[in-house]
Amino acid sequence: MANEVCLRTLDLERPWLLEQYQSRGGYEILKKVLTEKTPPDEIIEEVKKSGLRGRGGAGFPTGLKWSFISRNAPGQKFVVCNSDEGEPGTFKDRDIIRYNPHQLIEGMILAGYAIGATRGYNYIRGEFWEPYERFEHALEEARKAGYLGENLLGSGFDFELHSHLGAGAYICGEETALLESVEGKKGQPRYKPPFPAHFGLYGCPTITNNTESLASIPMILEKGGEWFSDIGVKNSGGSKLFSISGNINNPGVFEIPMGTPFSKLLEMAGGMKDGRKIKAVIPGGSSAPVIPGDQMMELTMDYDAIAGAGSMLGSGAVVVLDDTNCMVKVLDRMSYFYHEESCGQCTPCREGTGWLYRVVHRIETGQGRQEDLDLLDDVAGKISGKTICALGDAAAMPVQGMLRHFRDEFQYHIDHKRCMVGAG
Amino acid sequence: MSTSVVKDVTELFNPEVRAEIDRWVAKYPPEWKQSAVMAALRIVQDDNGGWLTTDLMNDVAAYLDMPAIAVYEVATFYSMYELKPVGKHKVCVCTNVSCMINNADTIVEHLEKRLGITFGEVTEDGKFSLKEVECLGACGGAPMMQVGKQYYENLTPEIVDAILEGLE
Repeated sequence: MANEVCLRTLDLERPWLLEQYQSRGGYEILKKVLTEKTPPDEIIEEVKKSGLRGRGGAGFPTGLKWSFISRNAPGQKFVVCNSDEGEPGTFKDRDIIRYNPHQLIEGMILAGYAIGATRGYNYIRGEFWEPYERFEHALEEARKAGYLGENLLGSGFDFELHSHLGAGAYICGEETALLESVEGKKGQPRYKPPFPAHFGLYGCPTITNNTESLASIPMILEKGGEWFSDIGVKNSGGSKLFSISGNINNPGVFEIPMGTPFSKLLEMAGGMKDGRKIKAVIPGGSSAPVIPGDQMMELTMDYDAIAGAGSMLGSGAVVVLDDTNCMVKVLDRMSYFYHEESCGQCTPCREGTGWLYRVVHRIETGQGRQEDLDLLDDVAGKISGKTICALGDAAAMPVQGMLRHFRDEFQYHIDHKRCMVGAG
Repeated sequence: MSTSVVKDVTELFNPEVRAEIDRWVAKYPPEWKQSAVMAALRIVQDDNGGWLTTDLMNDVAAYLDMPAIAVYEVATFYSMYELKPVGKHKVCVCTNVSCMINNADTIVEHLEKRLGITFGEVTEDGKFSLKEVECLGACGGAPMMQVGKQYYENLTPEIVDAILEGLE
């Protein structure tokens, strides 16, 4: 069972067109909800029942998030879609927007209906020009068909939706940084509370969901929460898009049930390139602690299994590393990334990410000192949990994961001033 | 009290740029013109050969009724804004993990050799500039780069040559 939810139109020619989406029943559930005036609470209940958890990486239950909004409170409310896909290794939302933009639009309208919002924005990362143009075209089609605008299909419900383009900042994937960015500011995360459900975009109640989460909504409502939940496993309802890349033959996006064995996913992705041995896997984007290859081959792709191995499913971005890779070099590059992308607001992250990078980098370049591994543990521990947003943790976790599983490689680098891999 | 002449904002920029900025302003609540600042900076930057001058940023501030400092903050925070001249074609190469383990360094070396520049530099004829970027969300096509608005994936030195030769 694959491509049942977000990628269900992928086999069609030019699947991004309205007529193609409608040929698979697209917008039917929206029509049904609007004409039958389905009570919004029923919709939220169905989403809760589906077990859908935030697909951007945090894994927070989507239905629960929606229920935090006081629908009947006066004033504007907003639905914001987070298409700022930037977690290294992740490239699934790009495909949803490129190939199935209407399902995302339909999901956003339904979300608006459920929480009582009449306006929405889709925050698309600035580099995604092609997906942005696809999305704009789909918005035009939807507007002409009467799915966007005032009094949708005579229901009395209004919904207007626009895209907002980012301009290059990983931190804007953090929901409150994203809201700041829509407001035309630097993308620096806000203190929470207040949470966006009470004080979000322009100070109004707002829900922010990932592209994949919102694009899953129409199928959940059409086929039922239970149908979706049953695709997956306990605590991990539904199917999920996995972006798999690295040293493999057939990298790409695969929409498969939660709980699918990693070995099966690797097989779908063509197996290891050049018949090499799997060394390690970063299972959920570069923030997720690394898991040794042998251990990974025994795991299933769901929240509990990956968490049980000391890592996280995150955005479902799977980076597969073969045995030619030096883990010091890999961590060096990842630590540079977090240092580069720290927004600079919190001292532990702004300074700590620089420390982590400089220490890993000196080990990589043969300047490592004996005390450096303890120093890395110490610095990582002093960033974790001490910052406004999760970027600090995201920088610390890969360091901790690498030292947990590949400490000997780092020690070898310090002792011999060169790489253990291919050191023969 | 300032005696400086306040610019007539309706005279700022050329009509196409103004119309495009206005299209973005219309997406947001009327009291939130500032929301269009990211789009305005991009539009103005594109119209100015790919980079922003202080004058242009000041004009954006005036047009959107924002303090100039608030515009500078945005322009310096996001990586896609350029505050120095860039080449006609800005070649952005991803070197993050998935690209790195798929030989992004070979692509970088090839580009540097062919263009005779390194990251952050512009070729003498002003045609190309080279920039290192973080993950662009196309890891399935690693190694990859972006030139202008276009993504190029599954790169080899030969493919890079063909792409560069195809650019005016």
